[in-house]
Amino acid sequence: MTDLSNSPIGQPLRRREDVRFLTGAGQYTDDVVLPHQTYAHFVRSPYAHARIKSIDSKQALAAPGVLAVFTGADLAESKVGGLPCGWLIHSKDGTPMKEPPHPVLAQGKVRHVGDPVALIVAETSFQARDAGELLEVDYEELPPVIDIRTADSAGSSVHDDVPNNVCFDWGHGDKAAVEAAFKSAAKISMLEFANNRLIPNAMEPRAANAMWTAHDDSYTLYVANQNPHVERLLMAAFVLGLPESRLRVIAPDVGGGFGSKIFLYAEETALVWASKRVRRPIKWTAERGEAFLNDAHGRDHATKVELAMDAQGNFLALRVKTIANMGAYLSTFASSVPTILYATLLAGQYRTPAIYAEVKAVFTNTAPVDAYRGAGRPEATYVVERIVETAARDLNMDPAELRRKNFIKEFPYATPVGLTYDIGNYSAHLDKAIEIADVAGYGARKAASKAKGLLRGIGYSCYIEACGIAPSNIAGALGARAGLFEAGEVRVHPTGTVTVFTGSHSHGQGHETTFAQVVAARLGIPVESVDIVHGDTGRIPFGMGTYGSRSLSVGGTAIVKAVDKVIAKGKKIAAHLLEAADTDIEFANGEFKVAGTDRKIPFGQIALTAYVPHNYPLDKLEPGLNENAFYDPTNFTYPSGSYICEVEVDPETGHTRVDRFTAVDDFGNIVNPMIVEGQVHGGLAQGLGQAMLECAVYDPDSGQLLTGSFQDYAMPRADDLPSFVVGHTNTPCTHNPLGVKGCGEAGAIGSPPAFINALTDAIGVRDIAMPATAERVWRALNKTA
Amino acid sequence: MSVPIKLKVNGKAVAVDVDPRALLVNVLRDQLRLTGTHVGCDTAQCGACTVHLNGRAVKSCSMLAAQVQGGEVTTIEGLSAADGTLHPMQAAFRECHGLQCGFCTTGMVMSCVALLADNPKANEQQIREGLDGNICRCTGYHNIVKAVQLCQTGKIPVSA
Repeated sequence: MTDLSNSPIGQPLRRREDVRFLTGAGQYTDDVVLPHQTYAHFVRSPYAHARIKSIDSKQALAAPGVLAVFTGADLAESKVGGLPCGWLIHSKDGTPMKEPPHPVLAQGKVRHVGDPVALIVAETSFQARDAGELLEVDYEELPPVIDIRTADSAGSSVHDDVPNNVCFDWGHGDKAAVEAAFKSAAKISMLEFANNRLIPNAMEPRAANAMWTAHDDSYTLYVANQNPHVERLLMAAFVLGLPESRLRVIAPDVGGGFGSKIFLYAEETALVWASKRVRRPIKWTAERGEAFLNDAHGRDHATKVELAMDAQGNFLALRVKTIANMGAYLSTFASSVPTILYATLLAGQYRTPAIYAEVKAVFTNTAPVDAYRGAGRPEATYVVERIVETAARDLNMDPAELRRKNFIKEFPYATPVGLTYDIGNYSAHLDKAIEIADVAGYGARKAASKAKGLLRGIGYSCYIEACGIAPSNIAGALGARAGLFEAGEVRVHPTGTVTVFTGSHSHGQGHETTFAQVVAARLGIPVESVDIVHGDTGRIPFGMGTYGSRSLSVGGTAIVKAVDKVIAKGKKIAAHLLEAADTDIEFANGEFKVAGTDRKIPFGQIALTAYVPHNYPLDKLEPGLNENAFYDPTNFTYPSGSYICEVEVDPETGHTRVDRFTAVDDFGNIVNPMIVEGQVHGGLAQGLGQAMLECAVYDPDSGQLLTGSFQDYAMPRADDLPSFVVGHTNTPCTHNPLGVKGCGEAGAIGSPPAFINALTDAIGVRDIAMPATAERVWRALNKTA
Repeated sequence: MSVPIKLKVNGKAVAVDVDPRALLVNVLRDQLRLTGTHVGCDTAQCGACTVHLNGRAVKSCSMLAAQVQGGEVTTIEGLSAADGTLHPMQAAFRECHGLQCGFCTTGMVMSCVALLADNPKANEQQIREGLDGNICRCTGYHNIVKAVQLCQTGKIPVSA
């Protein structure tokens, strides 16, 4: 084991990627201009649901600068497949979920406002857009299906072959045990609510630039994407019928993702296909309005939850019934979000012995819904932490005490919903949060607020999440159609500097810094000697990308395994040079040493020897120092934490201010605390955005998106949010060598129930819908609907 | 049809023929290849395209390039010193981890520089209100506010 004194692990190193971003030298997809560049514009459906009677592209084709107009018929003619879904869910009756075709460009019908109908390629972006105005599409409007609660009896079908709009009707857990427990319960608490629909809105709109190369009949795609190898696999193998070797996917600097850039989308697929037809590179960059209409949205559940307890407040059973919106088509991982990533988390931090969840997923004439920061786990945490806080009020118990009473205290712990938590200490972060948040002083603060005519409330949330997605065998048994390992390559150069190639992808998370810290610590070399390469299938062996807070725990571990292979080979080289047995060589602090002696060789000299093998055991060992590793974890990781929110409400206006927000997380070991805290801040902002401000609203009659711009969709701004107080506890993950768990989603998972718990406490109501806007708060206080 | 315009960008005189519909940001990005200025929306809400025009912060997506005739524009590429030394606001953002994905960052930095030029002693609430026209989806603004406050102290450590 490497001596970690003076280790860069745990240091808040400033990020190496910052200088390029701060000086405008970042290279995002839209910054890339290829030789003989052309530009794309997508003509989109203005209707939520309509039959396409005819498309006349003559005028558009004749417009200045236009090179081509493509429609769904052109793609069908060249046998381009539909966009696939990567996770198969089976309904309670054993039937597989309904997977209606998801054409790249609409064929026959359009199914949501913004559904792409035609691709126009022109010399300039202006010309492509102008020509779009000239495309004549004759539609026959159909009644749209919008409300998820009535989708299964809407009398209109999003897909003709799914008449009742039900994608699947899934159950998870022991239904009989839950029913029995409810019969014997002394107390039952119940809530019904929606988990509001969100639009991810990474600040960089999606963009793609596709190029076909004649000399080897291959394609290169620059794309704003979180997992370029997955993008390549899905697009090449499942849609375009190309060998992966003919498609290089490059995700350069990517301006945020939050899940929305995981998925294989129609636009980049159409561009790759069309680039060979026009024999020139084609670039498309979404306008923000297009992003609102077409990026996969998040959440959108309607749920009823019931918690059964004995007279002392011990949890006996949890029963959950959810309707989940899939939107118009199944996006890449849509089906996994309200099932595998949701119902498996319903134990939370508690010893609830019996849990049963039913999830009905429905198609509607809205944009597809898929993973958004947290993906299923925020929805599960909202269910658990809202009902637990409500139960405490029903029992007239302190909400912290009720939680403590029911916390899981012994690990490993197998939940009744299929996960085994390896480690945790929930009381530790709850105690610490209570201390940091000065809960003891809350009464005085409440009195001070009251003196000003303001209402103050406090709310808790103790979340758990399953991260580090995932063990492939478990995921496969649960319906995943892909592996979920990660790959890394460590290339040691002759001078002893190192380039690391990782299959995970950074779109703001700072991997170039964190991963360099990990490698530098393990090899005992300066951080500056390590470069990290990500986001290019042409350079990196393989990868599954970045989502589910998996980059360090899975991707970082793959790198560690490759580093360990480098060290193992280095020992053999050192043994030869030092004329010792392989087994006598120790490696620490960047030096190979014969155990118990002062005979040693620095890492750099071993690297040079590997590439200049004049004195080298060539009969036993290959030259060079370049190692690959794939890592598939044995379990998820389980970050957890306790959040405490305190709000102050002005009853005159309903305006709610977050006065203090305390987040104490157990992420296991932390490599770069500065970056980790930044991840928490951002997650909290998105979670509070969901709770206070954000909601995607479709008109129930027309299916038009009413919140289609930043003027209508309330993104959190600097003056909507407080400064956050962040703390940590640590129970290192037991099954990866770094002891890390993941931190990317925690804030977004834990904060919405903490806020709503605080707000309902302040204004004395049982529930209030998210987003709890000033209007809703005012109406709740004034009892007007 | 195109409109000839002359302006000064990052201290250099520039003459370009622009499409009459072209926005200032189109000309900066596509014709002058100053791609540090970003486009994050189409309703002048997000502020990713913020540059300085004649010393004032403007959203370069909400003015026609032809309107800038004779103006002096500073973009993020012109903010640091000729030798590459970061502007104090850029250095403060790095020191405080005031950026993650980097996309809003360039506009955010330009806005923050203008904010302190207008109100050097802004308190936290005034800083937050002053950043109302710039949306960041990554940082929760926490460390952006800290960066502006560090910049106010004039004591920005040089970190590795």
